[in-house]
Amino acid sequence: MEKNLGVYICTGCGIDKLDIEKIKGVVENEFKITPKVHQALCSRDGVELIKKDIEGGVNAVVICACSPRVKQDVFNFGKDVITVRVNLREDVVWSHDIDEHAQELAEDYVRMGIVQAQKTELPEPYIEETSKDILVVGGGVTGLTAALECAKAGYKVYLVEKENELGGWVKKFKSILPGKFPYREPVDAESYINEKVKEVTNNENITVYTSTRIKSISGQPGMFNVVVDREGNEETFKVGAIIVATGWKPYDATKLSHLGYGLDGVVTNIELERMLKDGKLEFNGRKVKDVAFILCAGQRDENHIPYCSTVCCLTSLRQALNIRELNKDSNVYVFYKDLRTVGIYEDFYKYAQQDEGIYLTKAEIKSIKQNGDKIRVEVTNTLLGEDIAVDVDMVVLVTGMLSSMYGLYTVKEEYPDEGEPPYSHIKPAVPKEIAFENRDKEWILNLQYRQGPELPTLKYAFPDSHYICFPYESRRTGIYPAGCVRAPMTVRDCELDARGAALKAIQTVELVAKGATIFPRTGDIDYPQFFLQRCTQCKRCTEECPFGALDEDEKGTPQPNPLRCRRCGICFGACPEKIISFKQYSVDMISSMIKAMSVPSDEGKLRILVFACENDAYPAIDMAAKNGLKFSPLVRIIPVRCLGSVNVVFIADAMSKGVDGVLMLGCKFGEDYQCHFIRGSELANRRMENVKETLNRLFIEPERVKIEQVEISDWERIPEIINGFVEEIKKIGPNPYKGF
Amino acid sequence: MNVDILVIGGGVSGLTAAVEAAETGYSVALVEKNPYLGGRVTQLTKYFPKMCPPYCGLEIFLKRLKNCENLKVLTNARVKRVEGVAGNFNVFVEVTPRFVNENCTACGECEKVCPMERSNDFNFGMDKTKAIYLPHEMAYPPIYVIDPNACNKCGECVKVCRYDAINLDEQPQEITINAKAIIVATGWNPYDATKLETLGFGVYPNVITNMMMERMVSPNGPTNGKIVRPSDGKEPKVVAFAQCAGSRDENHLPYCSAICCLASMKHALYIREQIPDSKVYVFYIDRRAYGRYEDFFKKVDQDENVVFIRGKVAKVEEGSNGNLIVHAEDTETGRKVQMEVELLVLATGMQPTTALEKIEGLEYDDYGFVVEREGIIPCGVARMPADVASSNRDATGAVIKAIQVVRG
Repeated sequence: MEKNLGVYICTGCGIDKLDIEKIKGVVENEFKITPKVHQALCSRDGVELIKKDIEGGVNAVVICACSPRVKQDVFNFGKDVITVRVNLREDVVWSHDIDEHAQELAEDYVRMGIVQAQKTELPEPYIEETSKDILVVGGGVTGLTAALECAKAGYKVYLVEKENELGGWVKKFKSILPGKFPYREPVDAESYINEKVKEVTNNENITVYTSTRIKSISGQPGMFNVVVDREGNEETFKVGAIIVATGWKPYDATKLSHLGYGLDGVVTNIELERMLKDGKLEFNGRKVKDVAFILCAGQRDENHIPYCSTVCCLTSLRQALNIRELNKDSNVYVFYKDLRTVGIYEDFYKYAQQDEGIYLTKAEIKSIKQNGDKIRVEVTNTLLGEDIAVDVDMVVLVTGMLSSMYGLYTVKEEYPDEGEPPYSHIKPAVPKEIAFENRDKEWILNLQYRQGPELPTLKYAFPDSHYICFPYESRRTGIYPAGCVRAPMTVRDCELDARGAALKAIQTVELVAKGATIFPRTGDIDYPQFFLQRCTQCKRCTEECPFGALDEDEKGTPQPNPLRCRRCGICFGACPEKIISFKQYSVDMISSMIKAMSVPSDEGKLRILVFACENDAYPAIDMAAKNGLKFSPLVRIIPVRCLGSVNVVFIADAMSKGVDGVLMLGCKFGEDYQCHFIRGSELANRRMENVKETLNRLFIEPERVKIEQVEISDWERIPEIINGFVEEIKKIGPNPYKGF
Repeated sequence: MNVDILVIGGGVSGLTAAVEAAETGYSVALVEKNPYLGGRVTQLTKYFPKMCPPYCGLEIFLKRLKNCENLKVLTNARVKRVEGVAGNFNVFVEVTPRFVNENCTACGECEKVCPMERSNDFNFGMDKTKAIYLPHEMAYPPIYVIDPNACNKCGECVKVCRYDAINLDEQPQEITINAKAIIVATGWNPYDATKLETLGFGVYPNVITNMMMERMVSPNGPTNGKIVRPSDGKEPKVVAFAQCAGSRDENHLPYCSAICCLASMKHALYIREQIPDSKVYVFYIDRRAYGRYEDFFKKVDQDENVVFIRGKVAKVEEGSNGNLIVHAEDTETGRKVQMEVELLVLATGMQPTTALEKIEGLEYDDYGFVVEREGIIPCGVARMPADVASSNRDATGAVIKAIQVVRG
């Protein structure tokens, strides 16, 4: 696009403390553009000034005013105009005493902004013919609900279930917890689930496949090709998004012999449920009267399931009530560690407590032994202050729930062919050998993705979102896990979870139809383009993409799937050949901005470049400025989408230009990572090895480059971090390349 | 105004619902009674279990929200009444004056000249702001607001404002919004701790609530992040937490508030990190670190200076030097426990906002939570007590129920 740049300088909010004439001079002399100055660009009058120029042919505006984080609505001139914001307010006048150094800082930011506008192009969306149909995998309560919710919103759904009937676990249950107020009596499971199944089978938007497995899924959101195997017959269809509702499996109770499993009369809660469903409290032909529940059997236990399965306390109370219904003479003892009837289900607990045949106590299990035709349970540390022993007809071990993904081979980075997982947040759920053994035997999605066939998981094989704020963020675009596959939960919570996944699925198909990405850069239509002629098949981009967006051909050349892309720029940060770029964000753009900085040969004027994550570090700097905190005027800040998009080339460019130091401010990584692109900050850290090598080659001290982890609420630390680094650089002295 | 979906409440649930709906392509109005979006989470310093700052997620929410041209935000606006049926609701909204318009650049000159002060409700009254103030660092919209109860209308702010942003004569307005579906995300209030008469809140200065603790450790809190005793500003070395303060209690909130155990565990981490020689005692009934939060509990429990005592605090008395004597029964040993502590934190529960401020035309259960019906979908703590992740999940799901009504 032929660009006609307009540069606008605001003098409001204290910017007039700078020498505006000098800034104007820079723009006029160096760029041959006459900037316009206004006392409040964000006022109606100021915006009119810009709009008038746009009508007159200006198609790229550089607004030198406040932070790009404010007044976006005011400085929105539509999608046909390139808008670049230069932050003179927060980054200069609010965070510095105005002197010669601050003036130079402002001038540099204006230079960098103009160059940024010059290097920005208008994006064009990736538009292909897409499908808006949804695939739901799993026909239990979550899958049924998800299918229904999508169908009721007008979307076509393919529902695939591997068993020969719909209904999942609930179909096998006697009762479930109440789903609405008052949260008291258990609800009949059969009528509940049959109603749901009927609704699904009667809905003309839903095509049901039972006794069906997914053979493979390839493609990208909006254009997933799904191949299913229905009892030996293959069928293929296209969908836009996928909901994974494959549920849970029970923990293997044979590992719980220490709690008596294997003794005559010791059963699991699943086995009990079958008896309740059959309406017969009998074990091996013996009538069962008194029952003891051992909660957390193999749960909250490092040797078995370390987590809590959330629902078991409630399920046990429900089963206790069901037992008492079947036999009014039954005594039911419930031994727990903590009774976790969380939230509104406290009401259900209270309801069960009122039953005089149900005895509840916190307890530690001492022993579970055969005692004639009874089982003796001995417990200690009870609420009664003494040890208790009861002889019962049946002991119920309340075992926990594993994700249906437990044991599967998921992605290469969780189970690498060789060595350890490459990222510190990865906690493989099973030993590598087990995952390898299951590799071609058990699967759910069988994605034909370069990075591996299933959803990446977090701890304990749950493919959950890592983000508290964004519970549906999976690391495979357009594929949403819901229900017990991602966390143990009640039937009511499965329903609620299914609703949300359904919304995310339909949102995905609507957005990708327009060529737009999903969270967190929702709506962004710009996508990375690859100049493959220069690709050296190093595979860094295909390996490092956090979303598995890139596949590879046989030679290892990346094959982009733009609709899987989330626009973080980690691929272009990875590329040593600089062949990946967005229209609005590119290696060339940032390199050019670095080159636009003035680097005086004066040794008192060190120049330090800061790359700041635009989501956390950059806002922290803004808030530091708003709070009047001051930091060194020798630094030049460039916000980046993610530290993972910082290419080593930027650092080399800066160093060869004579910049004295480079500081990178990014998010926390590791188990509690905060990086919104999962591993961008960790990658940046790892690439430091390369950086150090590059610097050594240039005979430059490696200490000139540093990474710091910064949280958005760390604004008070900003001066200390920046000034501290400046001091370190001062000690090292000026870059020897300065002036060359 | 006509919209597809109206969202009542701009806390994290309402923000989620509004942004997700708008991004899916529907027109949305988001009505918030405070002068800023974000609700309760803006008052939190960190989230459990990651100990990450809520501002981080808020930044992304706001970035997405600003990109939604089909999303209209109304702040200082309270929904009074809902009429109509699914597909055609009229919602009556009262907008109280902010006295500052969108010309405001948040330059802060007004604040410097304002002679009047107000008690800062954002920090639960633990400090003051000027009568013209920015509610907090990431307030959206990022414009100032005047508290009419504190302002003396001296006009100094008007004189100093270069942007014609202040109008001291602004009047309240009533507007009607027509919406096809309504998502109710009205959230919660901390249970009024002064009702817990035996626990000494409001009587002894060193009895504080969990939300006050949350503000205290915040870098933009009343003590700039330092944990101190309100009575003398001293760093407390022995801190006790009274769990279920008003929750699981027939006389107060009969239900469990779902988050208080985890919140106190988080607070224990705050204290232990900031005051290395401190000791924390948590009096509890059950430690409800459900699901994978168990890992978080384990992390806290590993610290030998965090002691969990099973028992509910029955009574609090004043000790020497502003200390407090906490009486509880240790139900594990059966012994009565009496302990002198320097600071007591009441883990007060969540009460739905609609328990005390009913919106006419909605249905409620006995606790004041909103009951779902066609076209009116509650989410987050308007539906039931929940943590942030569950609230956001619920809010996302509420959108598809709304869309079903919109698409008829």
